[in-house]
Order: sequence, then C-alpha cells, then structure tokens
Amino acid sequence: MTVTEERSVTEVGSPRRRKEDGRLVTGRTRWTDNISLPGMLHLAMVRSPMAHATITSIDVEAAKSSPGVVAVFTGADLGDEQGSLPCAWPITADQKAPPHPSIAVDTVNFAGEIVACIVARSAVAAKDAVELVDVEYDDLPVVVDMAAAAEGGNLTHPDLGTNVSATWVFDSAEAGTGGNVEDAIRDAEVLVERTYRQQRLIPAFMEPRSVVCDPTGEQTTLWSATQIPHILKLMLALTCGISESKLRVIAPDVGGGFGGKLQVTPEEVITLVVSRRLGKPCKYTETRSESLLAGHHGRDQIQKLTLSATREGIVTGLKVDLLADMGAYLGLVTPGVPILGAFMYNAIYKFPAYRFECRNIFTNKNWTDAYRGAGRPEATFAIERLMDELAVEIGVDPLEIRERNWIKHEEFPFSTVAGLEYDTGNYEAATARAKELFGYDALRAEQRERRESGDPVQLGIGVSTFTEMCGLAPSRVLGALSYGAGGWEHASIRMLPSGKVEVITGSSGHGQGHETAWSQIVADRLGVAFDDVEVLHGDTQISARGLDTYGSRSLTVGGMAVVAAADKVIEKARPIAAHLLEANADDLEFTGGKFNVRGTDSSIGIGDLALAVFAAHNMPDGVEPSLDAEATFDPENFSFPHGTHLCAVEVDTETGETKIRSYVCVDDIGKVVNPLIVEGQVHGGLVQGIAQALWEEAVYDDSGTLVTGSFVDYLVPSAADLPHFTTDRTESPSSTNALGVKGVGEAGTIASTPAVVNAVVDALRHLGIRDIEMPCSPHRVWSALQHRDGDGSSSGADTPTEKTFVDDDADPSHNAQLSGEGSGSGAAEQGGLA
Amino acid sequence: MIPVAFDYTAPSSVADAISALGSDSEEIKVLAGGQSLIPVLRLRLAAPTLLVDIGRIPELRGITDEGDAVVIGAMTTHAEVADSDLVKEHAGVLAKATETVADPQVRHRGTLGGSLVHADPAGDLPAPILALDAELVIAGADGERTVPAANFFHDMFATAVGDREILTKVRIPKHTGWGAHYEKFTRVAQQWSIVAVAATVKVDGGSISAAKVALTNMGATPIRATGVEQALLGRAAAGDTVKQAASSAAEGTNPPTDTNGDASYRRHLANVLTRRAVLAAAAS
Ligand SMILES: Cc1cc2nc3c(=O)[nH]c(=O)nc-3n(C[C@H](O)[C@H](O)[C@H](O)COP(=O)(O)OP(=O)(O)OC[C@H]3O[C@@H](n4cnc5c(N)ncnc54)[C@H](O)[C@@H]3O)c2cc1C
Repeated sequence: MTVTEERSVTEVGSPRRRKEDGRLVTGRTRWTDNISLPGMLHLAMVRSPMAHATITSIDVEAAKSSPGVVAVFTGADLGDEQGSLPCAWPITADQKAPPHPSIAVDTVNFAGEIVACIVARSAVAAKDAVELVDVEYDDLPVVVDMAAAAEGGNLTHPDLGTNVSATWVFDSAEAGTGGNVEDAIRDAEVLVERTYRQQRLIPAFMEPRSVVCDPTGEQTTLWSATQIPHILKLMLALTCGISESKLRVIAPDVGGGFGGKLQVTPEEVITLVVSRRLGKPCKYTETRSESLLAGHHGRDQIQKLTLSATREGIVTGLKVDLLADMGAYLGLVTPGVPILGAFMYNAIYKFPAYRFECRNIFTNKNWTDAYRGAGRPEATFAIERLMDELAVEIGVDPLEIRERNWIKHEEFPFSTVAGLEYDTGNYEAATARAKELFGYDALRAEQRERRESGDPVQLGIGVSTFTEMCGLAPSRVLGALSYGAGGWEHASIRMLPSGKVEVITGSSGHGQGHETAWSQIVADRLGVAFDDVEVLHGDTQISARGLDTYGSRSLTVGGMAVVAAADKVIEKARPIAAHLLEANADDLEFTGGKFNVRGTDSSIGIGDLALAVFAAHNMPDGVEPSLDAEATFDPENFSFPHGTHLCAVEVDTETGETKIRSYVCVDDIGKVVNPLIVEGQVHGGLVQGIAQALWEEAVYDDSGTLVTGSFVDYLVPSAADLPHFTTDRTESPSSTNALGVKGVGEAGTIASTPAVVNAVVDALRHLGIRDIEMPCSPHRVWSALQHRDGDGSSSGADTPTEKTFVDDDADPSHNAQLSGEGSGSGAAEQGGLA
Repeated sequence: MIPVAFDYTAPSSVADAISALGSDSEEIKVLAGGQSLIPVLRLRLAAPTLLVDIGRIPELRGITDEGDAVVIGAMTTHAEVADSDLVKEHAGVLAKATETVADPQVRHRGTLGGSLVHADPAGDLPAPILALDAELVIAGADGERTVPAANFFHDMFATAVGDREILTKVRIPKHTGWGAHYEKFTRVAQQWSIVAVAATVKVDGGSISAAKVALTNMGATPIRATGVEQALLGRAAAGDTVKQAASSAAEGTNPPTDTNGDASYRRHLANVLTRRAVLAAAAS
C-alpha cells in the first residue's frame, strides 16, 4: 500500500512539529506543583544564612504554635530515617566524603542548607512559620576559595582532615595509550602554559523543583520534577531504608533540567520521610530564590594547562592539572563530572602524549554537579582556547593550526590518546562548510581594516572545532570508572487491539521531544501512522526499567532500545502472520506495516494482526497471544558528534561591551531523526554556552553568601541578546548504533563557549590582551585594557604564564630567560592576521 | 513566594486614598502598578498591614497639555508615557528613557509615579525627570504641595513623598524643539541600568545653546551633571568638543560597586555615555 510506504520512508528525517508542545507551551498539563491531593500538607524549609557554623540550638516552639502548623522537624527529629544523601560515583577507593543529611544536624556547611522543615495545612501557613524558627549558630571559618583550600588552611570538614576529596589521574604512558608528557614537555620547541577558570554556573531551569509524596495505600507514590525517576526510586529506597518495591516515582511533565534535576535532593528525601511519618500527602515547591541558592550548581574548575608542540605547531603533549570545586558535599555524580571531561581534552586532535590530574576540593558553598555537558564543556573550552594560543605562538591562522593536528577523515576509526575509539567524523567537511557560510576571509579583511584605523570597535573571530562523547554510556566503561550503575536503556512496545501502539521508554524526557522522535522511529519501523504512536515515560509503574535522560543519551541509547523492541514485535508477529496467511514464515516480507507473501498480493497489516492476537481465536500452536515486546540496549561505544563553530564579535574598547555579530555552526551529529528538534537543541545549547562566555556567573562573597541570588544579578540572556544563528550540518553516520545517530543535546553548549571567548580575545589580541576571564563582562574587558601593559592577561591573581622557546637548540634550561611578554603580542598580530 | 497577609482597599478618589492612608493600620503602603512593590512583598522584604491601591482613581491617570507644561498623572503607565505624542514632542528624553524600562508586560503595569516614588538608584525615570526640571505634586492630609525635582530625591528609595502622602502628578516644563537621548548601559536586554545618561540639548546653528544632563545609578539619587552642562554651552555639537565637556561627567559622583562593575568603571562609563548621549541628543 503506497500511502503507508511513502510515510514509512519519510517519518525519520522529517521536521515534524513536536506533539508534546501544545501542552508544554501552554502549560496546560500535569506539573508536579499542580498536583493537589485530599488532606495534603505543605512544607517550607528553614535554611541556614551561615556558610559554616555549628548549630548550638534550634527553638521551634513559636513555629509549632503558629496558626496552621502541624509539625516542625529538625535534623535530629528525622534521625536515622533521613539517611545520608547518595553519591553514586566514588572516583577513587580512598575518596573522602562527609555525611550528607538532608536536614543538617550539628553543623551547616553552606548558606542555603536546610536546618528545619515546617509542615502546615497551607503553603502560606508554612511560609509564615519559617521566620519563627530560632536557630543559634557558632561561626566556623568559611572556606570559599578552592585554590587556597587545595593548599590546606581552614577546613571545610575538619573531620576529614583535608579539603581534598580525591585525586584522580589519567596518564597515557601508564595506560599504554600514548607517550610520557614530561618527556614531551622537556623536548618541546614551543610550550604554551595557561590557567583558565570555569566559573560557577547555575542550571536555572524554567520549572523550579517540586515534589509531592502520597504515603496512602500499599505503595508510597512520589511525584517529582526530576530528570531521573528510575534512579531516584532506587536511591530513595536505599537512602531511607524503604523496600524499593514499596515506592513508585513519577516524573510528570518536567520543565527543563539541564542536569540540574539529575539529583537526589534533600527536599525529596524530606518530603518522603515527613509524609510517611505523618501518614499524609505532602508537597514542597521551591521558590526561584531557593532554586538559585540550593539547587546544585555546575562547572567551577581551575585548569592549569601545559601544551607542548613543535615549531610547526604539531602538538606533542598536553598536561592538565585540574582543581574542581565540589562545594560542601558530594551529590549524585559530583566527583565524576571532571572525569567525564578527562577523556575530551585531546578533542579532535592526534596528541601523542597526555596526562590529566584532577583534585576534587571541598569548600563551604553549594555543591556542584552535572550541568549541560558536565565536564566536556570545560575540557573543550581549555583545548580550544589553547589551540588559538598555539596558533598565535606559531604565527598561523587558528583554523590552520587545528588542521595540522586533527584526525583526518580517512583515519577513522581512531584510537585516541585518552583511550577512546572515535568511530566516524569529518572535520575537514564541517570546517569547510562553516568557513563558507561565515564569510571567513571577508571578516578577516574587515578585522585588519579596523585594527589599522584604530576603530574603537574592534572585530574578533573565534573558532571552536569541538567533539564530545555522547550516549552515556557503555556499562562496562562505567564499571571501569567505578560509577555505581550501568548505562543501558530499556524500551517496550505494546500493540493495542485498535491498532494503536504504546511505546514505553526508560528515557525520562523533560522537554527534549522524546515523544515526537520516538513516534517517528516507531512509525517507520512498524509502518504505522505517527499519530497512532503514544509514548509513555516517567512513571516507574508504567516504565519499570530505565536509566533516564542526561548526557545526550536518549536517542543513541534509549532510541536504540525502542528500535530493538520494535524489531522484536515484528519477529513475534511473523509466525502469527504466516499462520493467518497460510504461508511459510520464510516467505513473508515486512514492509510498510504489512506482512506480504512474496510474489503474491496476500498480506496482513500489523494493526489487523494486533486485533487478531487480542482476540486470540486463531493462534498457531504454542505461540503466546501477545505481540508486545521489550528490549534493553547497552551501547558498545560512545558516539562522537563534532562540529565547527565560528563566531564574530564586536568589542567596544571604550565600554568593554561585546556584541555577537554573527555565529555559524556546522554540526555533525550523524543521522537526524527530526531536524526541527535538532535545530531547537542546537539553538538552546548555543545560548547556554554563550551565556557562560558572556553573562552568567554564580558569585559568592567572602562570607560564603551567594551574591547572585536572583535573576536581577544572575544574568540569564533572552532572545534580545543573541544574534541570528546560521546552522548547518554535515553527516557522518555513527557506526556504533543502527540508527547512525550521535546525540545533540549538549553540542551547542560545549562548542560555543570557547568560540565566543576566542573571538573576544582575538578582537583585542593586537592591544596586548591574551585572555579575559569568563564571563567576559564589559567591566572585565575594560579592566584588561586598562592593565594591558602587564602580561596581557586579565585574570588578576590567577595570572596565566607563558614560556616560549625561540632559540634553535631547544635546551629546557633556557626556559627561564624566555619571557611571554614580547612574543605574546608580536606573534599575536601575525597569528590574528595570517 | 507568598507575601505576609495584608488588608487591601481600592479608593476611587485621591481624597478617599488620603483618608485611607490616615487610618490606624500599622504600616500602610500605596500600591500603584505593583512592579516593584509586589516583588518586595513576595520576597518578604516588607510586610505592610494595609495596601491602598490607587489604580482605580481616574484623576491620577492621563497626560495633558497645560500651556507651558505637560502634566502626567502619577498612575500613567510607562507604555502610555512612551507612546504619548505630547511627551515625545515636549519632553523627549522622558519618552526615550521610558522605552528602555523592562519589557512590554512591565511597561503596561508600571507607572511613572511608582518609579519616581520607589526611587531605585538604577531606575530609569528619575534622571530624565531631574534633567527636565520637573515639578512633582504631592497630596496629603494637609492638601497639596509642589516639590521641584531637584529637591524630590532624598536618598536611595527615599523621596519627598511622606508615608501618608501620594504623588499625584508630574509637571514638566515644555522642552519643545530640544534634542533628546537616553543612553542606557546594560549587559543583557532585560536589566536595570548599570549606568545611564539622560541628555536633552538645544542646538542653534550648530552650537549648543542649552543643555541638561542627568545621570542614573551614579549615586544614591539621580545626579545633574552641571559641570558638563556648563562646559557644553556655546560649544559646537561635535565629537571633540562634546568629548571634552563630557569628561567631567563623573565629578562629584559616588557610584556603587557590584557584580556589574566597580566605582571607577562606572565613572569611566559615565564619561563615555555622556558624550554619546549628548551627541545623539544634538543629532536627534
Ligand atoms: C522585571 C522587571 C524589570 C524592570 N526593569 C526596570 C528597568 O529596566 N528600569 C526601570 O526604571 N524600572 C524597571 N522596573 C521597575 C518598573 O519600572 C516599576 O514600574 C517601577 O519601579 C514602579 O512602578 P509601579 O507603578 O509598579 O509602582 P509600585 O510597585 O506599585 O510601587 C513602588 C513604590 O512606590 C510607592 N508608590 C507608587 N506610586 C505611588 C504614588 N503615586 N504615591 C506614593 N507612593 C507611591 C509604593 O508604595 C511602593 O513603595 C522593572 C520591574 C520589573 C518587574
């Protein structure tokens, strides 16, 4: 039947409007906060204003007698029942971690930590009583600066005896994946040493976190605005000592997460424990202020980098010394975030030697954890900034330096110095296309003119040729990295008697468009109509198995599970079709939703088969009356999207203001299921990455108070701040999964940050600027220009240093006499103009 | 967030509003467009016991031509001010500043009177009002009084309007034929001014015959850059002369330091933005 056939070849790849958008965009759907249950109580949290203190007393009497208040709980009241919040990723055997009660018991370790919980008959009554709780604190020394904390001094957790939670090392010489970095540095002709700071960021998802718990009945049901209903169910059971089978977790529609809802939160544990204690449904919804203060933060690393190269600009080694600020506690995957970056510093390049060492540091701040890209944006930023600096040293164009070092398309599959196997890619093609769309040469010419005329507004061009590892993750790899779970995903398909299809996925979408993409895949695979596919997710009683949504994994892992389940449905249907068509199963072919007897016009559609199986009147002997199937997919390898991003900025040297003039990106994400969804992911990702480069920063003062505690100070951009994005794609299908897909959720975020900062620095390079710390605010740019007589860097205390070998006999003892200053701006001009 | 409970009344005349303000409720607040007050209440930074909503008093709303002045009722919204031909023609710098306030939603609720009485140092409307030498009419139990803009702004969030008084209208002497510009510096589009400059100038035959310049967020209150105004008089409306005159813009200011910049950066910005504002005003 031609209609079906046409549709079946066009669904995947077509820019379908997202079927979930009607309800998500209008908000007319079930969010956690609009769940209202009979007799439901409301919680409000009392939070510590102190960053580090001993709790000497808590007086809750006034709060308890406030109108409408049912109970007030302190940490001591919850006792053992609250357990310790879980960290699923002990990166080393000797990793140090403090106990992490949901309600602090003796001490508070960051400002915003919960010290008591009010339970009342209304949200207003709960809120009113918060101010009545009288907590007395005894100050302890506050540890804010991670670099100082790493060296000793005051301790975040005196009981641990150190501020270092763990030290994790990857060395290509030890791993057998490459040479020894110290040798490369010793023998280097050119050495680039830099220190970059990844500022702390706040995920700032649209829907604040919310949780409702109903303990009525045999099973306790917990709704949460979470990315991870399945992991949450298991972790809550383990944390609170409840049988896993007595818990049901539901993530209804969820308004974004960006990693910020990849967590087991104190608020979830408290709501669960309190509702079970009182035998009443309870709800807690955070305010935006609480969300910024106490929802986990992201990034916050200091990267000390040493890149060695030949005079021709061929990189010979890269050494990374990382400090990662954990904040006060280890959240679900906190310690592993820098490790996810460890495999990406070599990026798209053929580095022969690599060493990565990371120290995870405790400070008295909110804890950090996964945030869009988790580890990989940091790594990509570092290497893409360094490649620009190397280009300047060598005196060639930044695209040229990359080409000299990148993996050529004919060299795939390629085993990297970090031990990964990149399956496919074509950096040449993406770069050529991006250059063309960007008008690279014309912009360079304009830049030259502006420099020569001393225009107060200078033009800068930034490059980022990124790759990332997506599709988290092969379970065996996670095992090797000591992660507490696997990386598979599950799907099942139910064929309904009316011919409709229910797809149940373990990927828990929260705005990505799973329902549309999965429908397209299944429509093609089973030859049914797009609108006849219903995708169900997020309820652990419906979607019993799953590992949820993060790390650009949904399509590459979850989508593949859906494919596998659909294929099983077809195989289950085949003998039944043969029976009904009175044909041999081997003579059947399945196309366009129908089984055909080859060479005849005898056929039966999958929908008719579903009805026949439902009736079960006429089944072949020994075959169960069900077409339903389930599958679990564990990827063999990661996937490796890549792309070339080019950004032009105008920097006003009078005010320091940066405006993005144009932005071009050509991404290679393999095969595309829905180009409209891809476009949305790329745009949103770009905005988040650009925001790190220019606007966002979570700032703490010396007493550990979050200064950027509202959107007045934490600058999230809007459409008005951004240029038109010119996007295109090249396509090197992934060979590690049958769909050929690679993942796109994090691409824009990972790629764009260095493109923008490289552009800002490029605009000012001829004025002696070598770095601007993120976010590149007008104030920072202006200050750098005021102080440019120094070493050309703006990062103050954290000044990067540079050594360059210029003499012919590359004797390392000559290191000391070679200053970065002269070579910095001189070579800069050549590099920038080449 | 949920405000602390309060009583609410919505009088329909200024007289009734004044008597409501005279009631013995402990802490009374006037509610205008609510765009500053409601966030303050929701964050529980204030807990008034009674709100007097002046949004239903017709006499507080509207823009009228009174001969040598344009008179704007306190409850006139930002959107109405920015759209008004009278304001554009006779008080251009106020129209231009008002266009930069927040977003369309906020501009359709927020009012001129609310902005002036709220007196946020980073608010955009106090500076043009000061630059235009406006007069502000305040009603209280003892009747009406008029305060010149120069005496209206007392401190951060503090004005000549007393607790039990209402700002009823703003009288702006006509600046017909003056060029006007409001130069606002922010990092993202939706942001309060880091620094901004309101400039309105009269140009005769290529030279500046009168100039009024006021600064936003260079101290606790808006500040007139009188040194700049004087230096501009009789000078050509051209790059170098204006730059020279603008270089004293930050003199005597006391700008804040925050995550957007320190005081010395703001002083520098004030000079640059003043030059740009004056040149743009002269060219408009
Ligand atoms: C998201 C957002 C962004 C914003 N951005 C900007 C910006 O960029 N620039 C800017 O200038 N402003 C900005 N604002 C503030 C906005 O301009 C407000 O409209 C203004 O500050 C207050 O006006 P209102 O009518 O809403 O007053 P309200 O909030 O109702 O009142 C403010 C205060 O003034 C008092 N008050 C109000 N009217 C009178 C009166 N007639 N007599 C006596 N007392 C009175 C109230 O008691 C209260 O204390 C923003 C607001 C929001 C919500």
